[in-house]
Amino acid sequence: MFGYYLDMALRSLKRNRMLTALMVLAIALGIGASMTTLTVLHVLSGDPMPGTSQTLFYPQLEPRDMDGYQPADDPPDQLSWIDGMNLLHAKRADHQALMTGGTVPVQPTQSSVDPFYSDARYTTADFFPMFKAPMRYGRAWSTTDDDSKARVAVISSKLNDKLFSGKDSTGQTLQLGDAAVRIVGVLDRWRPNPHFYDINISGSYSPTEDVFLPLSTARDLKLTISGMMNCWGGHNDNLEIAPCTWLQFWVQMDSPIKVAAYRDYLNHYSQDQKALGRFQRPVKVRLLDLMGWLDYQKVVPSDVRLQTWLAFGFLLVCLVNTVGLMLAKFMRRAGELGVRRALGASKRALFAQLLVESGVIGLSGGICGLLLAFLGLWLVRQRPSDYATLAHLDMSMLLTTFLLAVGASLVAGLLPAWRACQITPALQLKSN
Amino acid sequence: MTVHPILAALRRHKAGVVLIVLQIALTLAIVCNAVFIIGQRIERLNRPTGIEENDLLRVSQAWVGAPSGDDAASVEKLDELQRADLATLRSLPGVQEVAASESMPIQGMIWSGDVTLTPDQKGIAVQAAYYYGDEQLRPTLGAHLIAGRDFSASEILHHTIRGTGASPVIIVSKPVADKLFPKGDALGKTVYQDGKREPSTIVGVVEQLQTPTTDSWGNPFAYNSILEPVRLDGVMASYAVRTQPGRESDVMHEARKALFAANPMRIMPDSWGVQSFSDIRAKAYRADRGMAILMGVVCLILLGVTAAGIVGLTSFWVGQRHRQIGVRRALGARRIDILRYFQIENLLIAGVGVVLGILLAIALNLWLMTHYEMERLPVLYVVAGVLVMLVIGQGAVFVPARRASHVPPVVATRAA
Repeated sequence: MFGYYLDMALRSLKRNRMLTALMVLAIALGIGASMTTLTVLHVLSGDPMPGTSQTLFYPQLEPRDMDGYQPADDPPDQLSWIDGMNLLHAKRADHQALMTGGTVPVQPTQSSVDPFYSDARYTTADFFPMFKAPMRYGRAWSTTDDDSKARVAVISSKLNDKLFSGKDSTGQTLQLGDAAVRIVGVLDRWRPNPHFYDINISGSYSPTEDVFLPLSTARDLKLTISGMMNCWGGHNDNLEIAPCTWLQFWVQMDSPIKVAAYRDYLNHYSQDQKALGRFQRPVKVRLLDLMGWLDYQKVVPSDVRLQTWLAFGFLLVCLVNTVGLMLAKFMRRAGELGVRRALGASKRALFAQLLVESGVIGLSGGICGLLLAFLGLWLVRQRPSDYATLAHLDMSMLLTTFLLAVGASLVAGLLPAWRACQITPALQLKSN
Repeated sequence: MTVHPILAALRRHKAGVVLIVLQIALTLAIVCNAVFIIGQRIERLNRPTGIEENDLLRVSQAWVGAPSGDDAASVEKLDELQRADLATLRSLPGVQEVAASESMPIQGMIWSGDVTLTPDQKGIAVQAAYYYGDEQLRPTLGAHLIAGRDFSASEILHHTIRGTGASPVIIVSKPVADKLFPKGDALGKTVYQDGKREPSTIVGVVEQLQTPTTDSWGNPFAYNSILEPVRLDGVMASYAVRTQPGRESDVMHEARKALFAANPMRIMPDSWGVQSFSDIRAKAYRADRGMAILMGVVCLILLGVTAAGIVGLTSFWVGQRHRQIGVRRALGARRIDILRYFQIENLLIAGVGVVLGILLAIALNLWLMTHYEMERLPVLYVVAGVLVMLVIGQGAVFVPARRASHVPPVVATRAA
């Protein structure tokens, strides 16, 4: 029976080629646009640390003086050196790492490669186990290395490919300007998206850094730091004591009890600092988990959200358009349907027949829409934004597209088919 | 012609009418808001920077193996490197002016702070971007000096960004001057920067100078700029170069070659080494332009789909009423009457659609205002949108309506 319905549907669709093309195109454009924008949104709002993100927390303190104080002020997004070091050394969480971004001049030993600047991350030993950074060769540095300002580095696989053509480079020397450090580990491919642990650096979706150094070593070597820095209450040339926030601090805790205890600890710490006169504002602490932090920082660009809404509005108009046209088309065939009813076809059979016809439209629209989505994502990848390279259709989005196409075709077909079945055969036969 | 028979006929196509009304309403709501967003973006990317943008280059580079700048001797060494580069650039053929220039408008690299009338930072505080550079910076950028004077060469200091001393003299943009001294007597007055103890005297006022950032956090002080008489020392140094008219691309090419010939121990990537100001402008507003184009394309397709929908639906109705039209013609209706019938029918449908659309457009705008940085939709956009929708409706209905008017009266006498 299905084959027969399909044959009739195709005949009917062929009779109005332009109209069929219009309906398919409208659905395809709607689905293509929605899927492109939804995929970008999905990629950008994804969890950078699936499985671990709910155990990672970002503590915030309020260390500023009373200048320009507003009770509703949020605590600063980063920590000062003194607070960062205090929290780091207190070791109240399972893991903790203090960090900042920087750039380092890399001087390759081989003369064939020109010197270049690499993005660097100056951090502490727990960074690697806490963020599950995979190692290809060697290992991360230890807390002892942190304390002794050891001249050690972990490099990315990309840099390893560039400098050592992918071979195990542990033990080799990396020349950073006039300082030399020993490579102790090489990361495997690792790119959490967004670049959650520091979103102040250019672009929240940047790739991970190429050079990782102990924070103490980087300070000792006076390497350039980069990122956001906020200062208050007068200037101070020495960043170690300056009233400036410029460090990110992450902690890992695996149970809600520990989280509550840590929050208490932050409160106590702030009160102590206030008693000492270092903090002046009323105590305000915050301990957001990873996804909460990304949400609070509004990491997903608002333009991307806006585009997604726009695309779904567009899809809605396209669907309404198709429903209207399909309805008009079916109603026009009332005579033909009346004859079929009079000859014994049940309402259910007519409904099935019309649904097959609208299904063909919806499905072709969906398939064309999928192709358009691939095209759309290709266009997004050509754009020079930092997230461009991430815009790919994954399995879950492919499935969503398929469901959206089927859903759209059903929505577009159900109402017209149902309406067309309601005709009374006698009336139609008579009027003809 | 009365509308009564039209309404009676439409009542027989309720579902179709509702759908086309809905489609027109949704299209109007989306298009009005999208066009408004496009307008805002275009306004944004057409903002003037206040400088002469033609024949202007930014040269940026970083020295390899340069001292860190943590002690006086290494600061001097860095400054020596910087002065050597300035001389190299100045000697190039086709170059008019060269200046040490840490940042440029809309370029992205920004230092900012608060300027107050007293050292304890009480009272009026004006947030402003700091343009560090030498005495050539203002003329090289081509910012228009409306009061006072430029820096003299002897006033130029040099230190690293963390240098603690205040600049004894500064040049401010007019908005900064007006906010600090509403009476318009800023020239010669002293202000304090970031709570530093030493005052800074305003020696000049420039008419307009946009800050280096185009990010939304910089919007509240987009034109608050201060020129600081400081050659900033660091491992990275940037220069502003004004070329003779039309020599831009030659100088871009020569500057790189000359700097490397003078001192090869430096890094100048293609992406930010030598850029013309038009490159900087294109990069700064890339996202806005992309968004405007996307919105524009979506609007056009939406209008096209809606027009096609009206054509399709009306064609069906014409086909369905073939015989009735014949009867009307046989009873004496002229072609123009038939044409008018379909045109008025469309006007009624589109009229209901746009009324609903206006409400939807306002609702959508209110929703966008609560969730995104959006302003209230001006009435003009809605009125224009309504007119466009009505015109599109009439345009779309014309072809099928004319076909209807060509139905010969004789059809009435034939059995269908």
